Amino acid sequence: MDALKLDLSHYRQLLKQYIDTQDESALYEAEQISKRSIQHNISLEEIINTHINALEGIYPDLPENIQHSMSFLLEVMISYGLALQEFQDLREAQLEIKSEISVAARMQNTLLSTVKPDVDGFDIGVVSVPANQMNGDYHHFIHHADGTVGITVADVIGKGIPAALCMSMIKYAMESFPSEHKNPSEILESLNRVVERNVDPSMFITMFYALFNPAASTISYSSAGHEPGFYYHAADDTFEEIRAKGVVLGVTDTAQYRQYEREIHAGDMIILLTDGVTECRQGDRFIESEEVLEVIKSFSHLPAQELVESVYRHFEKLQDFHLRDDFTLIIIKKDV
Amino acid sequence: MDFRTCVNIQKEWDIVGARQFGRDFSKKLGFGIVDQARIATAISELARNIYLYAGSGKICFDEVENVGSRGICIVSLDTGPGIKDISQVMEDGFSTSGGLGAGLPGVKRLMDEFDITSKEGEGTEIRVVKWVR
Repeated sequence: MDALKLDLSHYRQLLKQYIDTQDESALYEAEQISKRSIQHNISLEEIINTHINALEGIYPDLPENIQHSMSFLLEVMISYGLALQEFQDLREAQLEIKSEISVAARMQNTLLSTVKPDVDGFDIGVVSVPANQMNGDYHHFIHHADGTVGITVADVIGKGIPAALCMSMIKYAMESFPSEHKNPSEILESLNRVVERNVDPSMFITMFYALFNPAASTISYSSAGHEPGFYYHAADDTFEEIRAKGVVLGVTDTAQYRQYEREIHAGDMIILLTDGVTECRQGDRFIESEEVLEVIKSFSHLPAQELVESVYRHFEKLQDFHLRDDFTLIIIKKDV
Repeated sequence: MDFRTCVNIQKEWDIVGARQFGRDFSKKLGFGIVDQARIATAISELARNIYLYAGSGKICFDEVENVGSRGICIVSLDTGPGIKDISQVMEDGFSTSGGLGAGLPGVKRLMDEFDITSKEGEGTEIRVVKWVR
């Protein structure tokens, strides 16, 4: 049953050396034995047994009461030995689960992959980083034949595997909508019905959907309870919250979504995000959204992709390289 | 397989009797002190399960042989409520003795062979074997 037997004569010799000299080097060797035993899955009770045998080897006339006391110790250790074995088996099982999750995460990346649009007159940057292995944030670009681009940013309340599964469903539901179906309010209304029917009631999804028309320099959008984005006015160097009313997806099957539209001027920026950006934490303190805007502004001279990546790195560092929530940031800059 | 000896389990104290018998029996068969202690612990778990969940039952002991090796066969029998989901009780971390015992996975680890049959409402039979090394 044991992968390897303890070397009794070596153990006895070390034990004798220690009893005679109380030498630290014998104790150091004892530590090595302990580590090797763990490596070779030698059970706790086996070590105690070796100790008893070694002791009897050194003192052939060991008093009987000491011998009995050692048997007593052996008995006490049996359950500890079992607990240790269980722990080792559970640790192996955990490693298996971890590797399964990383396969699932890779699959998710493939399933949910999207291509950032390349449009004349605009510069677009995207960053989306999961807090754990699986991403509960979602963003997607739909390239329509008429040159317009559908932009989705969504966040499942909750993280990890359930959130990721939910996102895959959302993506395929959206792909099944007919291609002429591209009005933000209509899309959110259809999607709301899909979520209401198919997703566990304890799970909520917020989504911002925009139809971006580069040729006309306009963007129309609707929001299902999603974290508001920001509009940067280059003319007076100010930010404005992009407010849009709408209930989160999946609450009621009759939800209606208002659609808004705005024109994009030269040098302006549209900033779309998830609450992983605005709810970054420094220690126990949530940062203010002004801080996010200030950081964005400080990097705004950079090309859009470098800009979003710099903002991400700033907040990654601020949070000691340990994201609490999935982080997604999309910035669309209109060329000057 | 000559004659079979059984120890009835009704009171907590009977667990000690079963352990004692199992230890003496395994000593006679030639088990070393580590295996004696493991066998006694396995008997404890089986007997405790009877005492806690079935109310009454028995632990039976046999000597078994297989191509030159000798071993001990322990059978735990009860007519209690039975186990509904065997996979669940065999899962690590799902301990039936209030989180304190090693549970059936522990018994399986302590012994070389493990077999369980259970029917809801009729009872449970667990058969374990350990070979002298």
